[in-house]
Amino acid sequence: MGEILYHFFVYPGLLFAGVIGGLLAWFDRKVTAQVQFRKGPPLLQPFYDFLKLLLVKETILPARGSRATFLIAPILGLFGATAAGTFILLPLFNINIGFEGDVMVIFYLLTIPSLTYIIGALASGNPLASVGASREMKLIISYELTFLLFFAAIVLKADQHMQMSQIIQMQAQSGPFISSLSGVLLFIVGVFCIQAKMGMVPFDQAEAETELSEGSFIEYSGTVYALVKLTRYIMLFILPALLVGFLISGFNLSGTGIIWAILKILAVVLLMTLIRNTNPRLKIKQAMRFFLIGMNGLAIVAIILTYLSL
Amino acid sequence: MIHKMANQRIIPVGPYHPLQEEPELFKLYCEGETVKDIKWETGYNHRGIEKLSESKTFEQVFFLVERICGICSTSHPFAYANCMEEIAQVEPPNRAKYIRSIVGELERLHSHYLWLGLAGHFLGYNTVWMWAWKYREPILDLFEIISGNRNSYAMFKIGGVRRDVTGDQIALARKTMRDLKKKNDLLTKAVTDDPVIHARTKGVGTLTKADVMDYAAVGPTARASGWAIDVRRDDPYAAYDMVDWKVITADDGDVFAKTQVRLLENYESIKIIEQCLDGLEKEPEGDIELKVKEIPEGIGTGRAEAPRGEVFHFVKTDGSNSPVRHKIRAPSYVNIATFKKACVGQTISDATISLAAVDPCYCCTERMAFAYDWHSGDKIYDGNQLVERSRKETERLKNTL
Repeated sequence: MGEILYHFFVYPGLLFAGVIGGLLAWFDRKVTAQVQFRKGPPLLQPFYDFLKLLLVKETILPARGSRATFLIAPILGLFGATAAGTFILLPLFNINIGFEGDVMVIFYLLTIPSLTYIIGALASGNPLASVGASREMKLIISYELTFLLFFAAIVLKADQHMQMSQIIQMQAQSGPFISSLSGVLLFIVGVFCIQAKMGMVPFDQAEAETELSEGSFIEYSGTVYALVKLTRYIMLFILPALLVGFLISGFNLSGTGIIWAILKILAVVLLMTLIRNTNPRLKIKQAMRFFLIGMNGLAIVAIILTYLSL
Repeated sequence: MIHKMANQRIIPVGPYHPLQEEPELFKLYCEGETVKDIKWETGYNHRGIEKLSESKTFEQVFFLVERICGICSTSHPFAYANCMEEIAQVEPPNRAKYIRSIVGELERLHSHYLWLGLAGHFLGYNTVWMWAWKYREPILDLFEIISGNRNSYAMFKIGGVRRDVTGDQIALARKTMRDLKKKNDLLTKAVTDDPVIHARTKGVGTLTKADVMDYAAVGPTARASGWAIDVRRDDPYAAYDMVDWKVITADDGDVFAKTQVRLLENYESIKIIEQCLDGLEKEPEGDIELKVKEIPEGIGTGRAEAPRGEVFHFVKTDGSNSPVRHKIRAPSYVNIATFKKACVGQTISDATISLAAVDPCYCCTERMAFAYDWHSGDKIYDGNQLVERSRKETERLKNTL
């Protein structure tokens, strides 16, 4: 029991994933700043942001709407992200091998944060938040099928093993999946899916600062918003980590392997940052069409190619 | 005040909202994501400039009207100067005309870049925002070197300008324009070739030529719908009839067309500035103003093409040293009315960028016609009563001295 709690709260769960996620958030902001002729924040800025929200800023609750649900939603979201993170990172860091079928558990746990954003937004009773929530819902409907197809294709590639550690092991033996044509297609699909899960431009319709002024999160402030922020930091680490584990043969944490591990994660985050800085926000209809037709099509092609072992 | 809402909910844009820098309130009556109706409320920004102008001398009014708007801070003095010169029956020397046109066009350039950046921001494309504003910087630096200020240049006076543009400044201006042309090429290419920007702006907020004529829209809003109106060509002032340029129009009337018109107008502005710099070199240095001693009794009107459209000033004088009546009409006053046509029937995402596409400026536009009680809707003051009250207050203050 003690070990499980340690894994969940300290390493590689809440604390570790939160810290690495914060550093990646800094990397994202710094690269964005460089692209935009700005200087960018200092290394610890994401942590200052978090601590200020957590400890200093006042938490304002909406006068109308369900306060209990409003407060519980971010906690659930944080729990979901941390649990998913633990299941992803345990096999990645070679701490234990997980269990047969943990891939599906990861898939479901990764949906929880987005769902709690919707619940929290609807509980706040704000009209802008409700528009944000309805957009988030539409976005989930469109990318979740693509994400499932992505998982299915990976499982197919790994000889139908539904276990994270075995997927990584197979790549260690026969080269990373991304070295095949279907792997490249799956990488593209995967990057766009996690972009949408992170709510980064071009898929930030639910927040849409200049349309809905932060939409789903408009009523959040202080400590509760700190939890939302922490959830996003964690997601910014575990989603690229998932992609690395599924397609770029995971981490090898010995000797120069550590540098490679860091570079792999940074490369995926860099790609996401560049996508978000070279595109305007799509309309929700366009985003749905992009996933339902474009990305699903690409995923299906990847699955067919996998059957032909390309 | 009460709007019938069946399945509708109000999505408020404002009074303080990241979409607009200024306080104003747009109520979007939405069914789902579709905007069914739009109402707007201004009045957060009223400063009583017209009334204030009546208490200033003619020269002081320049500094006052310059502060109506921070972005088009030269178009108001421009129109006011045209207006006062009509009353005083004077015409400034050619060198002053060239300098006026240079300042006016530099302002158009920086304003269009500012809009382009903001439009990028409104679409969630923050890189365009930062790049456009970065490229705007050299223009503001040039302003600082020419006039001493990045904004609010204080260059205009009745019968001429306050500062000459000479030697080094001309060379620097030429260099800035050369660099700017390259940057404008890059931005035009980046914006007009991006398929995602096409997807977001084409067919959005469309105004037909008939619409803009009905609403009497002005400036790029009208020109993007194929209505070629431009005060610089239709009623030439300053040096605009001495240089060669053309009015840019587009036919589609959507947000993309408005972007295109502004980007192409930048090339025309650069062209005008370069020709004005040539003109400056032919005119004798220092010949920048006429001494105007007396402003006779009379009325005058002045127009100028601001970056957003036509600015109109009307002044009535009585032979004293300050206006008796000063009426200002800014371009946003007519352009804002097109929102109803542009936004209704679109989604919220399209409506917000359509709101921004006319480059509205609320502080120019706000007027007070009457004051009413928010709850009952009863009128408290009308215009005349307000003037009456203002005079009484002034009287009271004078008596206490």
